[in-house]
This record gives sequence, structure tokens and C-alpha cells, in this order.
Amino acid sequence: MNSVRLESEDGVPLAVALSERVHWVGALDPNLRTFDIILKTANGTSYNAYVIRGSEGVAVIDTVKEGFANDFFARLESVADYSEIKVIVLNHLEPDHTGALPELMKRAPQAQLFISQKAQSMLKGLLKQDELSFTPVLTGDKVSLGDRSLEFLHTPYLHWPDTQCTYAPEEAMLFSGDVFGCHFCDNRLYNDKVGDFRFSFEYYYAHIMRPFKEYVVRALELIEPLPLKLIAPTHGPILRDRPQHYIQRYRQLSSPALHNELRPNQKTLLIFYISSYGNTRRMAEAIYQGAMQVEDVRVSLYDLEGGEVSPFVDLIEEADGLVLGTPTINGDAVKPIWDLLSSLTVVNLKNKLGGVFGSYGWTGEGVRLVEDRLRGLKLRVPIQGLRVKLIPTDDEILECKAFGLELAQELTGARESRVINFADL
Amino acid sequence: MAKATITFEDINVTVTVPAGTRVIEVSEKVGSGITYGCREGDCGTCIMKVTAGWNNLTEPSVLEDKILRENMAGKHNRLACQAQVLGGEISLKPV
Repeated sequence: MNSVRLESEDGVPLAVALSERVHWVGALDPNLRTFDIILKTANGTSYNAYVIRGSEGVAVIDTVKEGFANDFFARLESVADYSEIKVIVLNHLEPDHTGALPELMKRAPQAQLFISQKAQSMLKGLLKQDELSFTPVLTGDKVSLGDRSLEFLHTPYLHWPDTQCTYAPEEAMLFSGDVFGCHFCDNRLYNDKVGDFRFSFEYYYAHIMRPFKEYVVRALELIEPLPLKLIAPTHGPILRDRPQHYIQRYRQLSSPALHNELRPNQKTLLIFYISSYGNTRRMAEAIYQGAMQVEDVRVSLYDLEGGEVSPFVDLIEEADGLVLGTPTINGDAVKPIWDLLSSLTVVNLKNKLGGVFGSYGWTGEGVRLVEDRLRGLKLRVPIQGLRVKLIPTDDEILECKAFGLELAQELTGARESRVINFADL
Repeated sequence: MAKATITFEDINVTVTVPAGTRVIEVSEKVGSGITYGCREGDCGTCIMKVTAGWNNLTEPSVLEDKILRENMAGKHNRLACQAQVLGGEISLKPV
């Protein structure tokens, strides 16, 4: 029998036992198709919340989206009385996990609320209550429930600054928040019972966790050593069959692929361009030649017209520098450039080197607009973009080569130290 | 007007600035790796390390102190969008 009993015969939601002391008290949302604007889901999602019972009290770990609070409270009431609740843990403050919190705190006013160090200002922003009492916690902090306990793992930016995981050592269970989660709704709950959710797991990682790979790796350092029987995420299947497999997959997805092809200390510089009459292309080729003069930089040149965005995003994710060439048409950079730029929020661009160039007919705003966008994406843009009016002259081609050389030197740290007056910036 | 210098150690650039300048006004223009989010002292994205001349910057406000604490910032860390130059020489870098 594959089904898991989520309701009584007369339709009252029931908690599901994950062990003698731990219950799932979440809710299913099978009709959801778009989550948080950016994610699609073909069969809805779940909002998983959990209850753990110790000899000296009960802990509730996370809640559900506000519209599903009735299911949550009914399931909670099926395994615990509100007066028994000693601890409420919020692993992540996004409204799909905190929607039932205000009501829960009214029903269990004695409960102590545990949130991550970075969640403090967010909690106030969400609940709009100044007098709220809570305990901020970090890795190493613990709370006892008698013969069961909870240990907190500080795992920020997975996928908000506030995120943390909570480990129950006596149960060998990890309540992981959104980490290892996915939008997949199946009332059989467990990964060994539900339908094929692999694509949902990978898709969720790609859109939610990928921008924060460096933080995923830091979190894995904390999670990998834990003895684990089960991972209990806040969305999607509960991972009780080979939980380590999902940890290993996160490790794979967060590891760079290109390193083996590069020499030690070699940097990578990608030049993307698009050109209507060949002028921006000629600039790109000269910049490419200039950059290639620096030995320790692996330079690549791509015509945006000849590729799709997704593989270019993969390339950019692992590059050290990104140079974009765009003509200006009707006072703006052209759409393929903006399409690429609007697809980059799924990767971490912080501190990559950025540069912009392009030919223009009469106004040339495109280069400056793209420079601003690169700064907004947290790239550093130390060298002012290069603009050429219509067809580049021989001297302007030399300028392009110098621009490429300077960008490559910036990557290797070979640029000389400079003293600049603020007024000249 | 009183002058000061800010050295961005990550890119080896020194900028002469008038007293009162905020670090944010300079760092992006010269391409330092200090990055910004909200730009108004609330998100903690622009935490930087002040390696020299700590006292040549304005004192952190109560609100900046709170954000630094919540982000578990180190002893010589400041928010680049809030710190203003008083004078003298300052060196800093991204964290």
C-alpha cells in the first residue's frame, strides 16, 4: 500500500508520524502552478512543518502558508496540545513558512521562538510587532526538550539571509528548511513512495540555490558529518530513503566544472558581442586580441547572435570577467544583451570584472546603461566603457586593443597602482 | 575644503576626496569589489574591512551598528554606504 493517511475518515487532517516522536503537520497545495513569480510547478507544492516531542515539551518546526493554516492547526492538534508547545523554530521566514506563525503564537503564548541571527530584522518586517520576544541562534546553539533536543546550524543565504537548519540528534533527522526541498506535491509524502520528483529537485536547486553556491558549500560542511536517517525539508518529499544521496547531489551541483581545464592562477575573460553592421564586432575582435596579450588570461569571444542564453549563463557563472559589446539602437542597448543580463540572477556575479563597449550612430547610451546594469548585478566595472562612433578608425581599433589589454591586466592584478582625484571620476 | 585619501586595497587605487564623502560615492566609480544592495544601510551587502584610518571615518550610527551586529561583522568592518570620510588617510577592502 503506497498511500499515507493524511486525513481521518470524516476528512479531518491528521498528522503523519515520521517516527514515534516526530510528526509531519504540513499542508498540500496541489493546485499551485507558479511559485514566487519565478518558479513553475507542474503539480503544486507542499508546505512541510514538523512537530517533535521530548519528555519535557514539544517543538514546532516551521509553519505553513497563511491560507493553509487550518490544515496545519488541525494536524498539530491531532498530536499535541498548545499548552505543551515549549519551542517554535523558524528555519526560514518566507511567508509560505511563517503564514501561521502569528496565530500559533497566540495559541501557544508560552512558547519560545528560535530564529537565526540574520532573521531578526526580517521577523519584525514580516510580523510588524516591535515587542516580539525571540531568541536568535547560531551554529552550536541547542535547546533541550528533555530526552530530545534540537541543534541549530547557521546556513545563511539558502536562499534568504535568514535561513538555518535544525538537527535533532536523538532522531538523526535534519529539518533543513528550503534546502533539499522542491515544489512537488504528492500525498504519499516520502521520497521512496512519491512519483518521479527528480526534475523538480534539480529545477528547484537551479533556480533557488544556484545563486548561492558558495553558501551551499559552507552549509554542506556542517551537514555532511551529521548521522542522518531522514531529511525533512519545507517543500516536497521527505527524504528518508538514502538521504545522503541528496546531500551528495547538492555537493555535485555546487562544484565548479571548469577548474581542471585551467592552469593554476589562470583567469577567464569572456567577451560577448552583437553587431548589426560589423562595427561592434570589429571592436570585439580588437579587444579580444588585446586581452590575449596577457598570458595568464584565457580569453573567449562569442557572438550572441549565434547562441542561446542558457549555456552562456553557465559560462559566465564560472568566468572571472565578462565584457559585453552592444550597439546603441534607439537610445538603448539591444534586446539580446538585455535578455542575457536579465537571465543572470540565477548565478553569483559578485566581484566579477565587467566591461562594456560598442559602436553607435548618434547618441551611444547603450554602453553606459549596460555598465550601470553590471554594477547593479554586483560586478565591478573599473574601466570606463569604450564607445566608437559608427566605423572604428585604425586609432580606435588600437584603443580597443588597449582596452582589452587593460581588462586582462585588471584580472591578473597587473595594473599599476593609481592615484585619482575624486573630481576626475 | 579638507581633503582625505581613500585607498581601495583590492584594486590598488587611491582617491583624493573632499571630507564628507561617503565611500559608496567613490568605490563603484573606481571599480572596487565592494558591492551594494539597498544602498541605505539596511541590508549589509556593502560590509567592508577598514584596514587603516578607522578613526578617519565617521562613527557608525546606532542603526549601522545594529546591521553590523546582525550580520556578525568583524571588529573593523563598516557599511560602505554609510561611512563618511572625515579626513586623513583611510585604507579599505571588500570582505
